[in-house]
Amino acid sequence: MPVILWTDALIFLLLLLSGLFAWHAARHEHLRAPWREVARSKTAMAALMVLGFYGVIGLLDSLHFHPRLADAQTEEAAYSGEVMSLFDLLAEPLRVQREKTYSAPLAIRLYAKEIIERPDGTTYRDYPRLQHAGAHLADPADHWPDVMRLTLRSLGWGALAWFGLLTLMLAWQMRGGARASAALNRLLRPTTGTPLYVAVWTGLLLCLLLGLMADLGTHYHLFGTDKVGEDVLYQALKSIRTGLMIGTLTTLVMLPAALLLGLMAGYFKGWVDDVIQYLYTTLNAIPGVLLIAAAVLIMQVYMSNHADDFNSVTERADLRLLFLCIILGITSWTSLCRLLRGESFKLRELDYVQAAHAFGVGHLTVLYRHILPNVLHIVLISVVLDFSGLVLAEAVLSYINIGVDPSMDSWGNMINGARLELAREPVVWWSLLAAFVFMFILVLAANLFADVVRDAFDPRLRNSR
Amino acid sequence: MIAYIIRRALYAIPILIGVNALTFVLFFVVNSPDDMARMHLGAKRVTPEAIQQWKHERGYDKPLLINHQAEGLDRLTDTIFFEKSLRLFQFRFGQSDSGRNIGYDISQRMWPSLAIAVPTLLIGLLVNISFALLLAFFRATYLDFWGVVLCVVMMSISALFYIIGGQYLVGKLLSLVPISGYDTGLAAAKFLILPIIIGVIGGIGSGTRWYRTLFLEEINKDYVRSARAKGLSERYVLFRHVLQNALIPILTGVVVVLPLLFIGSLLTESFFGIPGLGSYTIDAINRQDFAIVRAMVFLGAVLYILGLVLTDISYTIADPRVRLG
Repeated sequence: MPVILWTDALIFLLLLLSGLFAWHAARHEHLRAPWREVARSKTAMAALMVLGFYGVIGLLDSLHFHPRLADAQTEEAAYSGEVMSLFDLLAEPLRVQREKTYSAPLAIRLYAKEIIERPDGTTYRDYPRLQHAGAHLADPADHWPDVMRLTLRSLGWGALAWFGLLTLMLAWQMRGGARASAALNRLLRPTTGTPLYVAVWTGLLLCLLLGLMADLGTHYHLFGTDKVGEDVLYQALKSIRTGLMIGTLTTLVMLPAALLLGLMAGYFKGWVDDVIQYLYTTLNAIPGVLLIAAAVLIMQVYMSNHADDFNSVTERADLRLLFLCIILGITSWTSLCRLLRGESFKLRELDYVQAAHAFGVGHLTVLYRHILPNVLHIVLISVVLDFSGLVLAEAVLSYINIGVDPSMDSWGNMINGARLELAREPVVWWSLLAAFVFMFILVLAANLFADVVRDAFDPRLRNSR
Repeated sequence: MIAYIIRRALYAIPILIGVNALTFVLFFVVNSPDDMARMHLGAKRVTPEAIQQWKHERGYDKPLLINHQAEGLDRLTDTIFFEKSLRLFQFRFGQSDSGRNIGYDISQRMWPSLAIAVPTLLIGLLVNISFALLLAFFRATYLDFWGVVLCVVMMSISALFYIIGGQYLVGKLLSLVPISGYDTGLAAAKFLILPIIIGVIGGIGSGTRWYRTLFLEEINKDYVRSARAKGLSERYVLFRHVLQNALIPILTGVVVVLPLLFIGSLLTESFFGIPGLGSYTIDAINRQDFAIVRAMVFLGAVLYILGLVLTDISYTIADPRVRLG
């Protein structure tokens, strides 16, 4: 039975909107030109592949449903109250293979010694074997050779998947009767135009990683397990959705207000401008973290007093995530609003806008037809630039306990839960490492992509080249 | 000049009133003091007497806006709005929910915050400007390219990583400095050095890249070309002309954040156990102490506006072309 959480609905709305925008842009040459420039950049190509990888996992994780209970014998299907996603289904082995407590990456034994009972009743202290990781091994001495063997095998699977994709792309390149060797050359070697080869080689890397996660990751815990024995890799993958949500939904919820108010302030001037400026200066005057803290505290009070309004933990966590996006949006729309105000201030004095006025075109039409299309590049640039900052902010906020719900998987919660374990001897470092690595790759890709987008869309930079 | 400052200060008043009204709505209207009391007292089945008692101890049992039971002026002053919100304008922050004097706590705790924030800012500025000048000097070379790549990589690393990694490496593995804590006087230095270094390193990525852009913008201007054309060496041009002119936006960017240094860094202070205002705020958030959070929101807004006014003034000092109208 499908479940649509609030954030799911919004993320698909966002997808729909960007789809419409892409369709619109593809039909207009002046909108297509900067995108072509983005596509010509090697960095953007690689970054886009990585972002796409994260995006697919995030989207799969956004298709939620109540699983059907297996033991339901009755005619009417019974559904569990638990909310699962399509991604959970795909990552089933990672999700269910839980150990007792901490275990190191690729280990077959627990991290702590325990008292183990021999069959004859005597006891001794040792590191017990894990229940799932390496359970197929009869002899523990085979551990590392087996890891090597499985690594090679999973890399093989990854390469195989990559070859499959490559064949598909080759077929696509050869439509229209191109020679196979020429098409292959275009895919694998640097050529002029779109650097497809970068996408192909990044794709190989991603396929190999996917192979490792899918094969080796299901036989061992690639990133170890956490305090309650949950697979850290699974947590890190689940956190992708949270990170993406914060990065994208925040902009989505703030965009209408920023656009409307920013354009109006610059276009109408006078008292409208004064009121809007007052509004955003006031909001801006409160340091962001404090405003978020205040709002989240208030929300916690509301939620603890209205605990019955929420059907499940997932739903509550989801609403909290949405609320966090809104409040982050409120603290971050002001800078975009100011930029838009300045730009429409300039645009309204331009000849074609004056001409439109002279012809008696209404204000709304002028705003929509002449001003809005000319500020969209600013919106796009600031949306892409904000993304990475928001992902990083989530981790910090979760650390201060004013971020996402503690029951939700997020990199911030992972770091928060694991940071005290550094004091242990020997240290438990894998949770931290996994969270930082996953976050770093996403943020780095987003930063690189944002730079290319900015260079391609900013008219000032375009003219200076 | 004086007239201008006064005018700007007057302009700040409606903004502060706005902030005040916003916090009032957030803390007292969206959730009633009853809700707060129930949250603090924990259990769901808490008696009305206990709630009343909690509210009375903290002065939350008064009416919100108008006190109908009181006489004369007290009708307006003996209310939550007056006592809790308007008092902030006098910088009388009142008592925290756990009964401590907030104003006193703030005056005590701002010094450790400054002891970290000021050196971090100054050293960071020096380091970032030096790196940015270096990159600008070697612009369009491999050094510049890889320098920028390094900046982007450093920007992409979470601040938490710098702190946790630094603490682990320097504090635990190398045991050079204590991991966390604080001391009075000069003895504090050994506790401060690591947070400052980490703060500087964490800021290098974005700072260097931003200053480099400023320098490059300046380098492409006509007067720089003229300076080169008349035979000045590149080094002379960079230091005498470019640096001086690019310092204007850098300086004004720094002035904005100066007052906010009092508030300190939430993350650094809580990780290193520095008893500054940042950790004060975090503790308040974790203990759900609404009075402290409210006071800090107001204080933050005041300092921010102070920063704006200072920025305007510093513009006129640094750039003689700017005249205040």
